[in-house]
This record gives sequence, C-alpha cells and structure tokens, in this order.
Amino acid sequence: MTRLEALRAVYDRLGEGAVVTIMGAVAAELQSIGHRPNFFYLQHAMGLASSVGLGIALSKPSLPVVVFDGDGSLLMNLGGLSTLARYRPANLVHVVFDNESLLSVGGFPTATGTCTRLAEVAAAAGVPRTACATTIDEFVREFSAAQQARELTTLVAKVDAIGPAAFVTDLGLLENRFQFQRYLQGR
Amino acid sequence: MPVSTVNSRLVFDALKANGVRLMSALPETWLVHLIRLADDDPDVTLVRLAKEEEGVGISMGAHFAGVKSAMLMQNHGFLAAINGIVSGAQLYRIPLLMLISDRGTFGERDPWQTEGGAVTEAVLAALRIPTMRLDDPAKVAHRVQQALTLAYSSNKPVALLLTRDLMWEEA
Repeated sequence: MTRLEALRAVYDRLGEGAVVTIMGAVAAELQSIGHRPNFFYLQHAMGLASSVGLGIALSKPSLPVVVFDGDGSLLMNLGGLSTLARYRPANLVHVVFDNESLLSVGGFPTATGTCTRLAEVAAAAGVPRTACATTIDEFVREFSAAQQARELTTLVAKVDAIGPAAFVTDLGLLENRFQFQRYLQGR
Repeated sequence: MPVSTVNSRLVFDALKANGVRLMSALPETWLVHLIRLADDDPDVTLVRLAKEEEGVGISMGAHFAGVKSAMLMQNHGFLAAINGIVSGAQLYRIPLLMLISDRGTFGERDPWQTEGGAVTEAVLAALRIPTMRLDDPAKVAHRVQQALTLAYSSNKPVALLLTRDLMWEEA
C-alpha cells in the first residue's frame, strides 16, 4: 500500500473535524488530493503533530480530531505518545504511516524496519485501542472503526517508502495556520 | 520545602484571572505548588508532560481551538524545548506564554543547575523572545497580564522568568 492510496481511501471521511499532518510527503500528498480548511500541516517541529492533536482534542472534546503521523516523527516524540495515552482523548484518531524510513529527508532507515513495532509500543504506552494495517482494505476498515470507537486509537499503516517528487506547495504556512484556526473557531 | 506557597498562588491566580485554562508542566522543585494548584482547579486542564517540547505542540493545538494556555517548566526544560519553540511556535506565530523557573542563578546551591542559569537569558535573547522577570510579588499580576497582552498582539512566544526572590523563601 502507498500512503497516497491510503489517504485517497479515507479522504471522504475527513470532511468534519480537525486533521493535523506531519511535514513532507504526508502534507504534500494530502494537499495533492485536495486541501480543505480543516487540514493543518505541521511543516516543521518534527514529532509534535501528535501533541498539536492532543491540544486540540483536549480543548474541543466534542470535535473529532485525526492526526496523520509518521514513524520517524513518532520515534522523535515517544514521550508524547505516553502523554497521549495518559489523557487518552476519546475524540482523537492517531494514524501512523510507517514506511520504515525518514523518506522526506533522504530515506534514512528508521528502527521500525529492523526491530521496533509501533502499534505494540503504543499499546504498551497505554493507548487503549491500537491496530496495524498492511493493505488498503485493512486500513479503511480500521480507520472507520477507529472513527466510530470514541476511544483513542493509534492505527499503524505499513506503507511503501515512496513519496511525491516535491514537498513545497503553493499553500503558505501562515495562510494554512490562520485558515485552520478560523475553521476551528466556528466549531 | 521553602518554596513560596503565597507567591505560587499569586502566579496561579494571575494566570487564571487572565483566562489561562490549560497548563502543561513538568515538575521541578520551584513549580510544585503551582502544578498542584493547577491540578486541584476544576476550571484548569493540567497536562503532565514527558518532555517540555511536547508542551509547545499542545499549546499550539489549544490556541487553534481557542483555549488560552501556559507552559510551566524549568530553564533546562526550556532549553530542551527550543526546536519546538522555533519551528512550531515562532514559525506558526503562536502566542505562547512560557513560565520558566530560573534555576542556577545567584544563591543556587545545587551544582547541577549552575550551567543552565548562566545561559537562559542569553538564549531567550538570541531567540528574540520578549522576557521579563517575576521577582516582586506586587508586580506579578501586572506582568502576567502584560506578557499575555504582548503574546496575543504579536502572535509570538513570550517568557516570564520565575526567580529565586519570588519562589524561594529560605534566606
């Protein structure tokens, strides 16, 4: 499964609530499918997308929040995973695209390719629902189940280490940030 | 423990009076009362962190969602959070209020705190983060209010240094 296929497969389920992505390929690919005002792309501050999602989820407990994380980013903020589990916001779905590499910065392999199993790490951190998907069908099924579960879920999707040719888009960082904030103000 | 309960309460009351409803924190000696006050207050959400940089992300999310927040941390926690501050809060223009206990300055008895105290203000200045010291109980409420006013008018991080004079009652 590619990340782009996975994003396309759940795109129609991202119309309501807040969507926060990490930098690089995830941000560029989601924008290539179609930007929406409820999407925020954290283009730096690597590791903190899940923390941003936690801040939104705690502040607006009735708003559904989806975070699209990555293996490299999550490994950079494993402590944040324990914080996420500790406060376990029921309105947060935490998706981790695991391509076993730091693709956006040149393909450096991460520890998930050799030994670290992130779904098990999340479960051991205390995340109440965890799942792992290796096919599109599994991913769509698990994503839908997570959205309906009303319980914090970390869903690890194993994806190919391929991405877009370029990461810079014509959406300005601050344009995205203020548009997203305005969207949330109305919710 | 001679951490000032009276002045901790002053700081907490000032944060609350100015609308702060979410506080993220990592414990340190000078912050124990502040964190307990946040934990005991039903109007305040306390988020206990594993590492301070997470707090920058949490404050970003809270701000987007319309909730005023503050970070409570030691100066070494501030040093540990710098990438998040620069490539999160500064890059995305977030009004981030940081309350930083300024350990390692004159009067410090713990040898392990002394390096951080020597660099904190210089690092804040290098990051162009407006900073004021909270050292006089009479000025706490006013400075907290002014710090938040500047954070929100500039959409940028600001820092208040919690000093030994304010937080520690031992001579």
